[in-house]
Amino acid sequence: MGAGRLYAAVAAGGFRRYATYRAATAAGVFTNTVFGLILVYTYLALWSEKPHLGGYDQAQAVTYVWLGQALLSTLAIGGGGVEDELMERIRTGDVAIDLYRPADLQLWWLAADLGRAFFQLLGRGVVPFVFGALCFPVYLPADAGTWAAFLVSVGLAMLVGFGIRYLVALSAFWLLDGTGVVQMAWLAGFFCSGMLLPLNVFPGTLGEVVRALPWSSLLQAPADLLLGRGDPVRTYLFQAGWAAALLGAGRLVQSAATRRVVVQGG
Amino acid sequence: MERLAEGVRAYRLIAAMWVRSTMAYRASFVMTTFGNFAATFLDFVAIMLMFSRVDALGGYPLPEVAFLYGLSAVSFGLADLVIGSMDRLGRRVRDGTLDTLLVRPAPVLAQVAADRFALRRLGRVTQGALVLGWSLTRVDIGWTADRLLLMPVMVVSGCGIFCAVFVAGAAFQFVAQDASEVQNAFTYGGTTLLQYPPTVFTKELLRGVTFVLPLAFVNWLPATYVLGRPYPLGLPRWVAWTPPLVAVGCCALAGLAWRAGLRSYRSTGS
Repeated sequence: MGAGRLYAAVAAGGFRRYATYRAATAAGVFTNTVFGLILVYTYLALWSEKPHLGGYDQAQAVTYVWLGQALLSTLAIGGGGVEDELMERIRTGDVAIDLYRPADLQLWWLAADLGRAFFQLLGRGVVPFVFGALCFPVYLPADAGTWAAFLVSVGLAMLVGFGIRYLVALSAFWLLDGTGVVQMAWLAGFFCSGMLLPLNVFPGTLGEVVRALPWSSLLQAPADLLLGRGDPVRTYLFQAGWAAALLGAGRLVQSAATRRVVVQGG
Repeated sequence: MERLAEGVRAYRLIAAMWVRSTMAYRASFVMTTFGNFAATFLDFVAIMLMFSRVDALGGYPLPEVAFLYGLSAVSFGLADLVIGSMDRLGRRVRDGTLDTLLVRPAPVLAQVAADRFALRRLGRVTQGALVLGWSLTRVDIGWTADRLLLMPVMVVSGCGIFCAVFVAGAAFQFVAQDASEVQNAFTYGGTTLLQYPPTVFTKELLRGVTFVLPLAFVNWLPATYVLGRPYPLGLPRWVAWTPPLVAVGCCALAGLAWRAGLRSYRSTGS
């Protein structure tokens, strides 16, 4: 079997695996919609107090909320992607079996995570977004080009998201119990990606710093493209740069881990 | 009554066991408690960032929003500390480990509630209490005896209402095992909702959380009374004193739901 076909099969497996739990998906859609509702009203209050805050008008801010709810589980912004399972396998020592496989560890998990992300986008992302678009005045671009540019950016965000979470997972080689790291990753993910508040609303230096961090590739970058506020080429370069850096770092850490760390178990 | 005492005793024993087990890894405990504190603190940072750009949200200045935030966070934090592990029930139903609890000579509700009792959740309570304390130094309240008395009543009743939500959510998981996330919409979603002024939301939503799922009794109704502000639905002022009754009613209903759920339980059998 060619390498490409192998990873495609892993990705398809990841997609099917998450598609199995229909009740969980429906529950997730419901929860995302409720949180979207709460956030939308607070943003509406914020933007009616200060129109054009962060360069968005009210409709754009509403779109931003529903986009955030759509991408939250797709990009596993707060965690909850395949890294949980990888960490558990490192802790129990099952990762030794993964290392035996004639496949690359990082690409294997990347393929599995992409499969998961595509399912979450379709299964959990679309419904809250459509609900938001039907119930609230939203800003949606009319031309297909903007939508295509947005989707490319979401694809790059998937790579950056995995890059961050793969590093988080590999920390388990040294720490064994990754609870603390996972929690920190969750915090950073929520705060620095713009899930709590769009990053262009952050004041002064804090705003400049968070906008330069990799997490801004996750939600802020695709959102700005969809809302017609970003330049696609610059956004792609920013995202691709972080994706390359993080995946490269993941590769280095992985080789260090597999060379030096003794795998758990007898 | 005897059964209640038995339940409380079982709860205390199991919770104490989990505390001892947590304390075996002190460093981990300190880190996760801090993490819990920091995680909830970021919620408030987001609100402060909003107020770095505006002076009021829905007509409420920052100290008053902090007042609502603190009350919501403390009530919810206490409920989360006491029975926050109940959202693990779905997993127990799925893998069949609930059976172990059924054969033990102690009330199942107490066992499930005390399961994995996590003292680190004090982080959330502490954070809420700090925000509440700060808001009290800044907010302009004409303190009278009844307003002062309403404060502890509000926190305890709010905790009761959130406990009822947790128990009802757990009862729902007997039916929809994988759908435990639905509960988050009402627990975490509920406390997030109550952190903001009621004036931000539409009347329909306010009616929903006042008359259907009575979350508004956790802080909105009594807190607007303490702040001397009108509640957008124009309810009579004595309603501010009804949270204890609402809490008792909610707990009774949640208890019935729990019983119905437990009776409908069929083991996975594998």
